[in-house]
Amino acid sequence: MLELKQVSKRYGRKTILNDFNLTVNQGEILAIVGPSGAGKTTLLRCISGLERIDSGEIQLDGKPFDPYINRDNDSVTGVVFQDFQLFPNLNVLENITLAPMLALKKDKDAARKQALDLLKRLGLDGKEQLYPYQLSGGQKQRVALARALAMQPRILCYDEPTSALDPDLRQEVEKMILGLKTDGMTQLVVTHDLDFAKQIADNIKRVEAL
Amino acid sequence: MNLAGQWHYAMQIMPSLLSGVQMTLSIFIFTLIGAIPLGIIVGLGRASHFKPLKDLLGIYVWIMRGTPLLLQLIVVFYGLPIIGIVFQRYNAALFAFIINYAAYFAEIFRGGLQSIDRGQYESARVLRLTYWQTIRKIVLPQVMKIVLPSIGNEVINLVKDSSLVYVIGLGDLLRAGNVATSRDVTLLPLLLVGIIYLLLTAVLTFIQQRVENHYSYFK
Repeated sequence: MLELKQVSKRYGRKTILNDFNLTVNQGEILAIVGPSGAGKTTLLRCISGLERIDSGEIQLDGKPFDPYINRDNDSVTGVVFQDFQLFPNLNVLENITLAPMLALKKDKDAARKQALDLLKRLGLDGKEQLYPYQLSGGQKQRVALARALAMQPRILCYDEPTSALDPDLRQEVEKMILGLKTDGMTQLVVTHDLDFAKQIADNIKRVEAL
Repeated sequence: MNLAGQWHYAMQIMPSLLSGVQMTLSIFIFTLIGAIPLGIIVGLGRASHFKPLKDLLGIYVWIMRGTPLLLQLIVVFYGLPIIGIVFQRYNAALFAFIINYAAYFAEIFRGGLQSIDRGQYESARVLRLTYWQTIRKIVLPQVMKIVLPSIGNEVINLVKDSSLVYVIGLGDLLRAGNVATSRDVTLLPLLLVGIIYLLLTAVLTFIQQRVENHYSYFK
């Protein structure tokens, strides 16, 4: 269980999050919805350790947890970025195996086997030798997901998972997210699309611009 | 002189020209070996967010790009001994070339580094890669692809700039040609020198194309 207690985040004089509270239960999907500029992405960046919170507390299973510091020690959060941010110089397989090999010190064969399993599950078998520029948007997203999953995170975060894709791919994303839910994955989805959020989420948290 | 005589003469001076080529190539190769890694490091520093370092390196780049290389060679060889730093001729030349070219390379790498999306660093970070792992595995390969055409330009410049070492008394290709021209009162040696430079540049252009092709596997 991940909890945010009265978390605040400012950039200079601009307050983005003010005494923000949030609870994500194990195995559930929480959608965070709100208009652009409401701090949804900032929230996700704080949870994934890309930004440091100014005040408040983040707790993991009831214990204080600082993602900004903890980032290097433990795979708590995985992130699927809005624009995927695959590494263009690495092929699909290398994109997925790089971090498990470098950060988790997995040996090459184990990392490779895990990556191929993930690709198969996500319907990307046969694509492992392709480079990101050879993939469609939906495929890139699934590779980004596989890459995040390969680090075995406890919580998976998505930043606007539908916004960079064709509208008819929305159902694919829904299927993908709900499929992971059946595996027990805790997921946090930032989106401005309320309908999408209603389709997938157990709980919806609305944020408003301050 | 008839054509056969010209040919005979060309063959006569060729050994001295080729020993000049040796010096030219030696300066060229060792400058690259020193200046490219140094340029990457300075470029990383220039692209960093640590202001004192950025400013200090900025001054270094300003001095190196802001004064003639010829002057820098003279200062290193004739000037530094005044403060007790004495270089052999060849080492002085290499030192001056390396710190000069590193500055140009640094600016090229800085540009390349700054064109990499911040999201690449962030996705590497959430995947728990360290800074150096990120630089080595993700950033540098992408930067290399971007900077290759500009690096190629500098590399070809370097072949010709190496002729400046004459000013501290080293004998390179151009100087060998000059010596023969003034001794024998004919322009043929300089013509040959020109042809040799063109051949060297042709080889480098070919290598540059090969390297650029190597990086064409991704976009």
